[in-house]
Amino acid sequence: MIVNHPTIHEAHRLLLKRELSSTELTRAILERINQVEPKVHALVTITDELALKQAREADRLLASGETSPLTGIPVAVKDNICTRGTRTTCSSRMLENFVPPYDATVAEKLNDAGAVIIGKANMDEFAMGSSTEHSAFFPTRNPWDLSRVPGGSSGGPATAVASGEALYALGSDTGGSIRQPAGFCSVVGLKPTYGRVSRYGLVAFASSLDQIGPLTQDVTDCALVLNAIAGYDSRDSTSVPYPVPDYTQSLKADLSGLRVGVPGDYFVKGMQTEVEAAIQAAINKLEELGAEVDREVSLPHTPYALAAYYIIAPSEASANLARYDGVKYGFSSQDAGSMFEAMEKTRQFGFGDEVKRRIMLGTYALSAGYYDAYYLKAQKVRTLIRQEFDRAFERFDALITPTSPTVPFKIGEKIDDPLQMYLSDVCTLPVNIAGLPAISIPAGFAGGLPIGMQIISKPFAEETILKIAYAYEQATEWHKRRAEI
Amino acid sequence: MKLSRQEVLHIALLTHLGLSEDEVDRLSEQLSNILENFEILQQLDTSNIPPTTQAIALQNVVRDDEVAPSLPQQQVLSNAPRRDGEYFRVKAVLE
Repeated sequence: MIVNHPTIHEAHRLLLKRELSSTELTRAILERINQVEPKVHALVTITDELALKQAREADRLLASGETSPLTGIPVAVKDNICTRGTRTTCSSRMLENFVPPYDATVAEKLNDAGAVIIGKANMDEFAMGSSTEHSAFFPTRNPWDLSRVPGGSSGGPATAVASGEALYALGSDTGGSIRQPAGFCSVVGLKPTYGRVSRYGLVAFASSLDQIGPLTQDVTDCALVLNAIAGYDSRDSTSVPYPVPDYTQSLKADLSGLRVGVPGDYFVKGMQTEVEAAIQAAINKLEELGAEVDREVSLPHTPYALAAYYIIAPSEASANLARYDGVKYGFSSQDAGSMFEAMEKTRQFGFGDEVKRRIMLGTYALSAGYYDAYYLKAQKVRTLIRQEFDRAFERFDALITPTSPTVPFKIGEKIDDPLQMYLSDVCTLPVNIAGLPAISIPAGFAGGLPIGMQIISKPFAEETILKIAYAYEQATEWHKRRAEI
Repeated sequence: MKLSRQEVLHIALLTHLGLSEDEVDRLSEQLSNILENFEILQQLDTSNIPPTTQAIALQNVVRDDEVAPSLPQQQVLSNAPRRDGEYFRVKAVLE
């Protein structure tokens, strides 16, 4: 028996009671993928054989009683997370045929937990974008309205979860790439504190901002996945050696005494009124649940975050992507005479427009004569933004904002206007600049399109975030709605 | 900040992106537009502010230097576009 769209914790219960086997669940998921994938295009690679093999192994583990909450549960993994023996493309022609000889630490952790990997999920090329339209292969479609974008860059992971192709997914978030698509697809998406989850084996975009995190159907599942992937890793020297708590312990529906701030600076010009109304209603709900709410918080450096981010992230990207030279792996142009000509032809064909744009922007910001005016200036502004958050968290346990200023936009609407596309990350990217944890959870709909609420807290306060998210979720029904495809 | 075509060509050279004429034209306009919007940062006085390179700053991260297995050579070479025995093969650097 298969319940429709089971959560991880629901499926886990059925697996333990032997009312369902992982093989049955995996077959049902593969069947679902057959049905909906031609409409949503969330997956770059479907690993059906691997998944069924892992499911059989999981069934053995379940029979022997050696289980974790993720044992036998089908997951989609964003295609910038290295999976040994399964191609990892970053949705780029550059890595179209790249088969990693090693696992990312998070992939290793999933395997150790007995997970079933059903496929690699589509994304904006090298995680650069906010709509998944910058995938070199195909755009992913929003399961709530197939003519709209699912957000990005983790549009594939968010869509896979929202359309029932996987029970959960792993994504990565550099400026909002987990939270914004989670908001657009009405799922839960957490960007953990920088250093909480190992980045080893995550294809680097902007190394001081990148962080891996879960996309799930509810907050309980979010805590379960975070339990499995968080922790120190000697192979990522920026991972932090703090103990990992049991995050499910923070799932308590009582917010009394919690101090919550609402920064007006996030309710930007151009924000849709329906989005603002939904978030204000959600804040009222938090107050009903016992939180002390201050609606007059000021974070005046917020308007500078976008410019700082779009200097820092492309600068780091231009350095990280210099490695794609067609020599050791990846696409390599063979119809060239000299080494430099081969390198140029490799990069010309291998990279798409947005990646080229960011490499150009970053190279410019780092180049002689402009370094001080752009890159160094942006890093100093980064300090100001961090300090401002630090001061806010002396007074508040958490800050509440919309995840995005709008509901999902139409495919094609912003593709020719990079600056408009960048603006869809305006509420999420300050969080990466400061290395903070933040979640997006379902908080309403406007005309049938999802609205996400963002909860931000101080470094390593994921428990506070999960507590608020859980309390809100238990008091509302938004997370129970399913997209009809 | 208006980027000249000359500046874009210079940056293009540094990036080895092999941009076409069309791409250079389009990027001149788009990058100028983006950088113009980023002028907003100049409004902030940052003369006494130190830069942040990493938000959660760890210092002097060290680990024990222990011998551990590395990837076998065949696996390391498995994605090589061109190889010659145990080597990656590249085009001639000097003719």
